[in-house]
Amino acid sequence: MEQPGTSQEPLLLGSSGDSLREAFGKSLVTLADRYDNFVVLDADVAGGTGTHHFRRAYPKRFFQFGIAEQNMMAVAAGMAATGLVPFVTTFAVFCLRAYEQARLSVAYAGRNVKIVASHPGLDVGPDGGSAQALEDLAAFRAIPGMVVVSPADPLEVEQATEAILNYNGPVYMRTGRSPVLRVLPADYSFELGKGKIIQDGIDATIVACGVELARALTAADLLARESISARVVNMSTIKPIDDELLAKCALETGCIVTAEDHNIYGGLGSAVAESLVGNHLCPAEMVGIKDRFGESGEPEELAEKYGITADYICKAVKKAITRKQY
Amino acid sequence: MKEITEQSVTITTEKARQMRRNIISMLGQAGSGHTGGSLSASDIVACLYFWEMNIDPKNPGWEARDRFVLSKGHAAPVLYAALAEKGFFPQDYLNRLRKLGSPLQGHPDMRKLPGVEASTGSLGQGISWAVGMALAGKMDQKPYRVYALLGDGEIEEGMVWEASMAAAHYKLDNLTAFIDNNGLQIDGRVEEVMSPLPIPDKFRAFGWEVLEIDGHDHRQIMQALNTARTVQNRPTAVIAHTIKGKGCSFMENRAEWHGVAPKPDEVEKALAELS
Repeated sequence: MEQPGTSQEPLLLGSSGDSLREAFGKSLVTLADRYDNFVVLDADVAGGTGTHHFRRAYPKRFFQFGIAEQNMMAVAAGMAATGLVPFVTTFAVFCLRAYEQARLSVAYAGRNVKIVASHPGLDVGPDGGSAQALEDLAAFRAIPGMVVVSPADPLEVEQATEAILNYNGPVYMRTGRSPVLRVLPADYSFELGKGKIIQDGIDATIVACGVELARALTAADLLARESISARVVNMSTIKPIDDELLAKCALETGCIVTAEDHNIYGGLGSAVAESLVGNHLCPAEMVGIKDRFGESGEPEELAEKYGITADYICKAVKKAITRKQY
Repeated sequence: MKEITEQSVTITTEKARQMRRNIISMLGQAGSGHTGGSLSASDIVACLYFWEMNIDPKNPGWEARDRFVLSKGHAAPVLYAALAEKGFFPQDYLNRLRKLGSPLQGHPDMRKLPGVEASTGSLGQGISWAVGMALAGKMDQKPYRVYALLGDGEIEEGMVWEASMAAAHYKLDNLTAFIDNNGLQIDGRVEEVMSPLPIPDKFRAFGWEVLEIDGHDHRQIMQALNTARTVQNRPTAVIAHTIKGKGCSFMENRAEWHGVAPKPDEVEKALAELS
């Protein structure tokens, strides 16, 4: 269990940091010397995914494929078949473009390829609905054997990047476009397949991932003013989901609210619901985009319009609490 | 430059005949599968496995081995026939093609069968695999060569041209792609379904060395492989003119034999022609 108050660098918490994509690009550079077996593949968006940092530092381990994602994905599988560990990097919508290559050449063939997608969700902002992937978690979660990860802040991106490198198998990881708050304490430790309680509470559990974790923590603070004690879980591994922690939260707090910058169908909310149905049933509410495409606007404006701000999480928590059976 | 001897041609010709017999037998037992395109590619695959490639069936994971990717994965029987003949697995595996629990899946599965270099079956992906392997070979300065076999219908897939661009861009002279140009796909003649013609000009325009051969003439296949080994700074495409169903007169040049297995009497007739 992690408590922000116990952090050794509490002043950093909440300060504006890098975007998740910048953190990813810098993490690759940090990891490159210790892990000489990985390479980075790009489809003309290195400046957008953060991998330009790696290209500058390790040009011989960086491969440009131009605007041709399907080829890039299957090339990665071929490179992986020789023992290299390729990071396939592009925007989340373009990972969907190479979905069938990810299915057959990467996952079916069991290749050790890491697909890392920037620009997911409404967080993309002004580029609009065409560029905002609201279905990537659902799509990649449905591929047998594909691990799906969505870290919440730069610190977690760094840890998760190393963790997926140490895991032997196909992984899909989301980063993010917009600068984010540092929300996790300095002693935070990412574990693949584990959710982490970031803030404890007894009346409800908010389970969030990615950029939505910051909103979940804000929601918990707002709820505290109304004497509602909400536990906040960072569920950065969406697949395999942490069944054990979810059952514990269901048992201890009696209801769960999920929060994600993704369609309510198929993403974190669905994964949590599937887990609860199979393990420990409790009332649950989902905060996410309600089966619509996005549009242009600033991420915060879009979050408000599409119902994924802290206020909407608060409402969902209250609703879930009223549905509890005593 | 490898010498092309009378003896080597005799060997590969005999191997190709045996592979065709096994293709017919395994498909007959399976009751479904892709006959026509397996037979059209048999001579190319025989020359690769029994003349060209540096491989060791006792050590299928050997790092320095040459690699063959069957991009037209539905022609799995031709690959299985070659691998069995080469000794990667016992011949009796062939009796279990497409059966539950068999390592011989309907399309090649590298996780189930030794010697299979890529799991393919969705057209277009295998050539990208081959590009990835060739690129890794260049990066690590490994001496191995990479071979891919594509169908002429397959090159209607857009990603084939993405891969072709990348192969030329990265100057992959360790990559040779054969186009099994039998002129037919499921629904008929390739130029009628969606014309990929002219095939040589397209690859040439994408920066490849292009060779055109009779894909059933073993000397020409070997000569093309010899040439490809001398080409520098660009990949080689070998446009192999072939006959779908080659070797079984009643199957030759008939699109309806694309995805159909021979019935028992047809197996008998075909094996008689291939004896």
